[in-house]
Amino acid sequence: MSSTVISPPNRNYLNVSYTVRSWLLTHDHKRIALLYLVGVTFFFVIGGLAAAVVRLELMTPRGDLTESETYNKLFTMHGITMTFFFLIPAIPAVLGNFLVPLMVGARDLAFPKLNLLSWYLYMLGGLLTMWSILAGGVDTGWTFYTPYSSTYSNTYVMATALGVFTAGFSSILTGLNIIVTTHKMRCPGLTWFRLPLFIWSMYAASLIMVLATPVLAAAIVLVGLERVLGIGIFDPAMGGDPLLFQHLFWFYAHPAVYIMVLPAFGVISELVACFSQRRPFGYSFIGFSSFAIAILGFLVWGHHMFVSGQSVYAGLIFSLLSFLVAIPSGIKVFNWTATLYKASISWETPMLYALGFVGLFTIGGLTGLFLACLAIDVHVHDTYFVVAHFHYIMVGGTVMAFLGGIHFWWPKITGRMYPESWARLSAILIFIGFNLTFFPQFILGYLGMPRRYHIYPEEFQVLNVMSSAGASILGVGYFFPMTYLIWSIFYGPVAPDNPFGHTGLEWQTPSPPPTENFAEIPIVTEEAYNFLPDDTRQKIAEEVPLVPVA
Amino acid sequence: MDTSFRLMPEQASTFAPQVDLLYAFLLLVSGLLSVGIAGTIVWFAIKYRRKSTADRRQTPSHMLLLELSWIVGPFVLSMILFVWGAKLFFHQTHAVEGALEVNCVGRQWMWKFQHPNGRSEINDLHVPLNQPVKINMISEDVIHSLYIPAFRVKQDVLPGRYTSIWFEASKVGQYHLFCAEYCGVKHSGMIGVVHVLEPARYQEWLSDQSGGASLAGGSGRLFDQLRCNSCHLAGGEVSRGPSLVNLLGRTVPLQNGQKIVADENYIRESILRPAAKIVAGYQPLMPSFEGQVSEEGILQLIAEIKAMGQPEGRGPQGASPITDKPAGPGQTPSKPADQPEAVPKK
Repeated sequence: MSSTVISPPNRNYLNVSYTVRSWLLTHDHKRIALLYLVGVTFFFVIGGLAAAVVRLELMTPRGDLTESETYNKLFTMHGITMTFFFLIPAIPAVLGNFLVPLMVGARDLAFPKLNLLSWYLYMLGGLLTMWSILAGGVDTGWTFYTPYSSTYSNTYVMATALGVFTAGFSSILTGLNIIVTTHKMRCPGLTWFRLPLFIWSMYAASLIMVLATPVLAAAIVLVGLERVLGIGIFDPAMGGDPLLFQHLFWFYAHPAVYIMVLPAFGVISELVACFSQRRPFGYSFIGFSSFAIAILGFLVWGHHMFVSGQSVYAGLIFSLLSFLVAIPSGIKVFNWTATLYKASISWETPMLYALGFVGLFTIGGLTGLFLACLAIDVHVHDTYFVVAHFHYIMVGGTVMAFLGGIHFWWPKITGRMYPESWARLSAILIFIGFNLTFFPQFILGYLGMPRRYHIYPEEFQVLNVMSSAGASILGVGYFFPMTYLIWSIFYGPVAPDNPFGHTGLEWQTPSPPPTENFAEIPIVTEEAYNFLPDDTRQKIAEEVPLVPVA
Repeated sequence: MDTSFRLMPEQASTFAPQVDLLYAFLLLVSGLLSVGIAGTIVWFAIKYRRKSTADRRQTPSHMLLLELSWIVGPFVLSMILFVWGAKLFFHQTHAVEGALEVNCVGRQWMWKFQHPNGRSEINDLHVPLNQPVKINMISEDVIHSLYIPAFRVKQDVLPGRYTSIWFEASKVGQYHLFCAEYCGVKHSGMIGVVHVLEPARYQEWLSDQSGGASLAGGSGRLFDQLRCNSCHLAGGEVSRGPSLVNLLGRTVPLQNGQKIVADENYIRESILRPAAKIVAGYQPLMPSFEGQVSEEGILQLIAEIKAMGQPEGRGPQGASPITDKPAGPGQTPSKPADQPEAVPKK
């Protein structure tokens, strides 16, 4: 946007010191965000490679690439790394860490040392899990259902579970940090209703991280007690109840879906507002719907258990509550769409991701209605329909938002611009590849193909080949950003302070920001989205910076 | 089995068209919504692109009425879907009275079925056309899930507890039977074939090389082999143990003052852990049969107990007369009310 190219400031958080020690012992939320970015990218690649082998195997109905045992370990590895070590930390720990202090006008998060600790816990958990995979792998599926996981599986269940357990604490600490920062560190004048919507949704997601993750920890400890000490908790052969585990697991894992997707909503609200140059339509409805989702998210875990043998009446209640989640989710989609009305829209890469997100999340959300609907769920539960549905939410939703957000804030994070045409090409490839991969899986699921099947009946082959073909396009789409973003750090054009003309506080700092973020703590007098009318915007923006930067 | 490429699964049970109708409605609604939203986004994104000179005056930042409309609209729609899906589910989870009962034991990695006359089969399930069939299921190890896509039915099979599904096949043929709950290395090999036969052919199949005695009755009763009859007297006289005649579905008073309805899970528990629930007026004398009787054996004992007190010559549920006359979906053969699921369903 800005016509003047500002040379990078002499001193910023990146060039303040180059030693390894200065990175590994940093208290700077921006540097910790980058440490997390390296971590989540590493685990994304590991999880992606596992998925690639799975898709390759499923090209044919026979099990001709891997043994069943290996196949089972591969989808487990894919699920565990992607869920616990990519999706959950991706937006909160990378973008959240980087942006929350900047957006609330603070110099850092409330507890910088805890923040660093949380990265170490995350890496420790992740590496422990990686070790268990190298040592022999684990084959329980990411859901660890008992009594298979607690008694029958002969794989490295406890090492993996301990890794997940450890990473859970990092999630709790990140959530705690964000909650306290939002409450206590907002700069003068930054009232709740002036906050960017990203903060609202990060706050809602953080509540879930703090409240739900301990339940996962408890469930893992109980599995450990049974597996290691032989105390009967879940295995009926020892007097336990196998469904108890499912209740505990989904009491965490369903809200965890919203840990993954609420921050994505926040990113999309920022992107849609910025590239429309408009205040998000229905700001308070979008904000409060995040809380509605967070609260309802705790009350619907039983919809994963309609055919598990839980009471029919429990099923009815869980179905009813699950339908209610559709309403706040719908509010967001409708409001984002309405924001485009009479807007001033530019089609830069982050906006392509944002619009793609809205489309894919809509499909993911609507197919959620099929699964909330009891009689349909009986048929499609544990089939590829479910696999397609949650990939539309997790990949079509969270990953699209993460990539959109990374591109959007890349100039702020690195001080360099990404290459626009490569980035647009990748965004389009990812959108096409994603749909080709996962849309056929809805059809497969309704046809009755169960998930986690190494060998499958031959009539399902055509759709599986389509899906694998799509996955290869998706893989290329993901490979490009990893390459050109690294390239841009060294060779990309130097980024101006506010390349996209957003009004948020984070854009009122230099790119990249100095370690202390703001030379002076800003005083806010307006809400985050005071975009100006189309004709006057350009003129005034050049003359009067919103917040003076020393 | 039909292995041609298709977009919708075969409809081979009375549930299938009902579920598919709801599915079609959902597809229509979500298709309209997706196309509507995507279309609006593309339309706005083009019309209001930065360089266009479209009229942008009086841009609203919020409209309460619009917000309410997209809260109330989806609410009403989702409640319609909820009620529709729930009614169908309620029907699916309540077996009609007098269904043919087949026992099923799942284990890593096979399905074992046993028909009322004792004939058993592995990874194949023969069922008659146009007759309600109820499958009582239990697992010997981990959780499995019995899934027959062509019938649109699925139910997890748990260790240590009975679950059941029921269906009424509506089309002769062979259909997939899958394990839908991940159960270990050969999960994808835990599959089988459901054969839907004309009722007469099913009877023929049943009597053909029948695998041993009927599940209930006959000379080789497990009930007698295990000497259950030394305490639980067959005639219903008072003895060391309570009478088991017409036990299923009866309300049993317990020593601690509680009352429970005797179902399959209660009988199973009483065989394996007799001290867990003592019937009022009796001593906790019975030894545990844990480890002495297999899951199949327990299912057989339950079938034998169900048959007690029934008139001679009438086996358990399954032996109800099977005729060539197809029983309509609503029709239920008359049966003694000796089942736990005494809820008449329609």
